[in-house]
Amino acid sequence: MNEAEIKERVAAFLGEHDPSGDRLEFLRARFDAGLAWVWFPEGQGGLGAPRELQQVVERELAHTPQINGGIQGIGLGMAAPTILAFGTDEQKRRFLRPLWTGEEIWCQLFSEPGAGSDLATLATRAVRDGDEWVIDGQKVWTSGAHHSRWAILVTRTDPDVPKHRGMTYFICDMHAPGVEVRPLRQITGEAEFNEVFLTGVRLPDELRLGAVGDGWRVAQTTLMNERVAIGGAPARRGGGMVASVLDAWRERPELRSHDLHQRLLSLWVEAEVTRLSGARLREQLAAGQPGPEGSGMKLSFAKLNQALTGFDVEFRRDLGYDDWTFRRSENVDFYGRGPGYRYLRAKGNSIEGGTSEILRNIVSERVLGLPSEPRIDKDVPWKDLPR
Amino acid sequence: MTRDQMTLLYTDVEEELRAAVRGLLADRCPPAAVLARVESEPYDLDLWKTLAGEIGVAGLLIPEELGGAGASASEAAVVLEELGRGVAPVPFLTSAVLATRALLPTRDALLGELAEGRRTAALAVPFAASPYRPERGASLSVDGAGRVSGSVTGVAGADVADVLLAPVDGDLYAVEGAVAGGSAVEAGAVEVVPSLDLTRPVAIVTFDRASARRVGSCDLSEVLRFGAGLLASEQLGVAEWCLDTTLAYVKERHQFARPVGSFQAIKHRLADLWLDVVRARAAARSAAGDSSAVTVAVAQSWNSAVAVHAAEEAVQLHGGIGMTWEHPVHLFLKRAKASEIALGTPGDHREALASLVDVPGPE
Repeated sequence: MNEAEIKERVAAFLGEHDPSGDRLEFLRARFDAGLAWVWFPEGQGGLGAPRELQQVVERELAHTPQINGGIQGIGLGMAAPTILAFGTDEQKRRFLRPLWTGEEIWCQLFSEPGAGSDLATLATRAVRDGDEWVIDGQKVWTSGAHHSRWAILVTRTDPDVPKHRGMTYFICDMHAPGVEVRPLRQITGEAEFNEVFLTGVRLPDELRLGAVGDGWRVAQTTLMNERVAIGGAPARRGGGMVASVLDAWRERPELRSHDLHQRLLSLWVEAEVTRLSGARLREQLAAGQPGPEGSGMKLSFAKLNQALTGFDVEFRRDLGYDDWTFRRSENVDFYGRGPGYRYLRAKGNSIEGGTSEILRNIVSERVLGLPSEPRIDKDVPWKDLPR
Repeated sequence: MTRDQMTLLYTDVEEELRAAVRGLLADRCPPAAVLARVESEPYDLDLWKTLAGEIGVAGLLIPEELGGAGASASEAAVVLEELGRGVAPVPFLTSAVLATRALLPTRDALLGELAEGRRTAALAVPFAASPYRPERGASLSVDGAGRVSGSVTGVAGADVADVLLAPVDGDLYAVEGAVAGGSAVEAGAVEVVPSLDLTRPVAIVTFDRASARRVGSCDLSEVLRFGAGLLASEQLGVAEWCLDTTLAYVKERHQFARPVGSFQAIKHRLADLWLDVVRARAAARSAAGDSSAVTVAVAQSWNSAVAVHAAEEAVQLHGGIGMTWEHPVHLFLKRAKASEIALGTPGDHREALASLVDVPGPE
């Protein structure tokens, strides 16, 4: 399939479906036409086409009803690729279409109070009971849990083997009895995330994703897609987070100082070289020579975002804050909120999706070939790990 | 290549050129060989003859009709990456980039000789001059008979140059026969001084009514900016050697019964350094493809600092051996620190960006 053929498909689809009609009907039809994610197989919202052709579809359909990439982010970026890789035909048929159209929202039940960077030590138990599994445990940092229909869930099914081996991956019914979602207030004042308590939750075996005991491998697929999703770079010089700082800088000459000026110029340069390496990475990917540079993009962006947002607050000399109200937020809104919010929210950039310390381990071991720290937890059954 | 087609990747031709230069340097000037010669005769002119004549690097920037290879700055940049990796003591940057760029608009016949590597030139300009203050450190004048007088400090590549190119008030003069260590009476004198950078020593050039030939006009700022953009690629090469060599060392060096490279305190520093080098590569490629003022200022302010940081990390993470004369890492530290000053400091380039990208200072 090439660009011309894809364009033909889109034109034919638009001939049959009116984009100004019912939004949901249009999105369902788009999925059924294989124009949701063209690199997925036929019958599952795709055409089995090369992934880069997706941008052709997006361009051609730019003025039609769109899905919500923010609220559907976990479903699109993490659940879908995992279901595609490990799901049964029945699971793909049941879940992918409403996931893509946004009729069903997804969340992620991975981290626990006792299992953050060391996710594989997680303790939420799943015990088999006939054709069902009974789940007990607590998950945390779950964005969107309060409006999610489904969750991707990793559990411990065998405590007697080393931690990476005794896990099993499920699709969790968020409407099942025993699922309790509590908002988790953040340092910004709002609650973007939740704690999720699972108490005697019964899931049918049909909701298991991948083999029993294979949960770690399934989770790796999910996490790899998360890091790709987080590491995007602005395409334009002076764009992204540096733009909001520069706007304020240009508008408020009375607040400038020599010290701030020197620091801003250094940050501007760092933003620019980071943007250039993002552009270089995209060129490498397009040329089919993906380099290890991708592993570092998220690290660079976290550090830069934190420095720029901290600079912004200091520059404005404003001791206020826009809104501490405890409420749920649907999206991370960096630009619609004040500098204080941006500063506080950016602190999460070096924690979410793999802390910067874990990412440095990944870079140093997988890219630079440095040896790992000696491990005391590798060959010990999970139940015997020191706690 | 138009702006639209500009790429930050390396072309196949560039990779072939890199392999040729790297192979020659591995054979003829490994770091130990460079170290062995720096106190007697730092420049390796035999190596330069091979590089210039056989691989043809001296004429890369010179159009074919003037006897050169008609290549672009991107190819020259790849050569500089490799020369930086080897702290190779050859006058490529000073003759084949800076002096050549100054001569190009004049289309002088000297270009053909430089291209073949038969002769070598140097710009009689302080290596520390910046595109923003090109005249700093020089005081040259021309009398009514066209003779040049005055002195210039901190000139790189002068002691191995057959021809000195002196920019005076927007014109370029060629002075031949300046003698290293000689008297200034006849033409010019080149006095090499002890230099921070052992592999690219600087000299004081003195002219006393030296007979000179006016070659044409010279936009010195533009020449220095072009050189600064390519220096970023040499700095990338220096940083890459420091990172690679340090990685190899920490994998092999054992303390506390394990490789020191298995400690997170070391690994995280190297991961951060790698990120800096990745971005230096993008910045170097950007400046090699486009020598506009913004691109050059970005690449210089970033890559100067990354090269110095990489060399400093290399010294530290080599522990005691890194502090010895015997280990070549100090050659890279000295090259990195001297290059930080050359053609504008990182601060000079950031200051220029203030007006270039509209980030004005306090009123």
